[in-house]
Amino acid sequence: MKIIAKDREGNEHELEGRDGWTLMEILREGGLGVAAECGGACACATCHVYLTDGWYEKLPPPSEAETDMLDMALGVEPNSRLSCQITLDESMDGIACTVAPE
Amino acid sequence: MYFFTDNYLPWNECETLMNEPIETDVAIVGAGPAGLFAVFELGLLDLKAHLIDILDRPGGQCTELYPEKPIYDIPGLPTVTGQQLTDRLMEQIKPFSPQFHFGEMVTGLTKCADGRWKLTSDAGTEIVAPVVVVAAGGGSFMPKRPPVPGIEAYEGRSVFYAVRKMEDFRGKDILIAGGGDSALDWTLNLAPIAKSLTLVHHRDGFRAAQHSVNRMRELVDAGKVKFHVASVKALHGENGVLSSATLAGADKQEFQVAAAAFIPFFGLTMKLGPIADFGLKLTDNLIAVDTAKFESETPGVFAIGDICTYSGKVKLILSGFHEAALMAQAAFHICRPNDRLRFQYTTSSSNLHKKLGAS
Repeated sequence: MKIIAKDREGNEHELEGRDGWTLMEILREGGLGVAAECGGACACATCHVYLTDGWYEKLPPPSEAETDMLDMALGVEPNSRLSCQITLDESMDGIACTVAPE
Repeated sequence: MYFFTDNYLPWNECETLMNEPIETDVAIVGAGPAGLFAVFELGLLDLKAHLIDILDRPGGQCTELYPEKPIYDIPGLPTVTGQQLTDRLMEQIKPFSPQFHFGEMVTGLTKCADGRWKLTSDAGTEIVAPVVVVAAGGGSFMPKRPPVPGIEAYEGRSVFYAVRKMEDFRGKDILIAGGGDSALDWTLNLAPIAKSLTLVHHRDGFRAAQHSVNRMRELVDAGKVKFHVASVKALHGENGVLSSATLAGADKQEFQVAAAAFIPFFGLTMKLGPIADFGLKLTDNLIAVDTAKFESETPGVFAIGDICTYSGKVKLILSGFHEAALMAQAAFHICRPNDRLRFQYTTSSSNLHKKLGAS
């Protein structure tokens, strides 16, 4: 499963996704500068990403808890998600995202 | 959650009060679980501690990030929330009467002529101790700064991350950003004294308490508050004095609003802060320690909990507890060089029972 992730400098990285892992975990391991301060508890909004290439629409919509937590993120756009709340599976092969500003 | 208190002003100018230095055995930076349990382990060895934390209450990440979320990997407590764990640690360390300095950020660490350390805070507190323990987790919790170009130039004069004195905002055009309780509470509190108040949020929905949202909507209907689904794109003014802001709506259309004060409320994020300049050996912004004492390469300065690093380090609360226990043994020898450390178990020692108030 491929993950296409753009860092804050605009460089594109191709990362190997893992079934059952969260997108945040893959981005953090890949050194994309995702703080994920709360460790994936949907409690800090520091794993904020923008889903690109139509991936926002392809995924199930965010939960109410995630939507509420996005209120604490900076630079929120209509395609904003918290990457700790996206659990990867094979249907997400090729998922594309950009890490949001700190 | 995320309600800023009046004494929490990391980016504002604070009056420096020159107090008499406090003398103690151990100065602890950070009142999260590792720092709190360190008080216990030090206390068993009759070492007294002062703690400094930038937050206005104990618990660190436990109470700031997940006060109500259960933790499942604390030995002996199958499930405990961040707040409950903090409350229990506070109860456990009560016999040792730790002294807390909340709402203060450590700004300096210097060596005294007599070999002890002096830790200073932005509130002017000075603590002199032979041992310093950095238990600062991921660093200081600081307000999130919105990605608006040039915002730093206005901070302290026109851009604030907390409201200290409401009177400072009387008669002003106020712009508030955010959708949490702080944003809504201050919208409601400041609207009656503002010249105008504009609330800006990225959606027409809020994580704040529903009754606050309802009251805000009533004020909007009454023409007393303006609400825009938008984001702040630019700030305009001179010499740090704000006059207006450019907002961009959901349709990307830009427009200007009058703003003499801008108060963004996006919660807190962790920054290492001044600790980075203490001259300690850092590895990836973490303090390198040995695993026998959890002492840094700077003698007398220890690091425990998430902020320390060593081969095999795992960032778990239980690791911080272990690190605190070993640190305390080493700290004893520095604080009491002429005394013999008597290792005792809390189960069997009547001496410890007395200290704990259990006898």
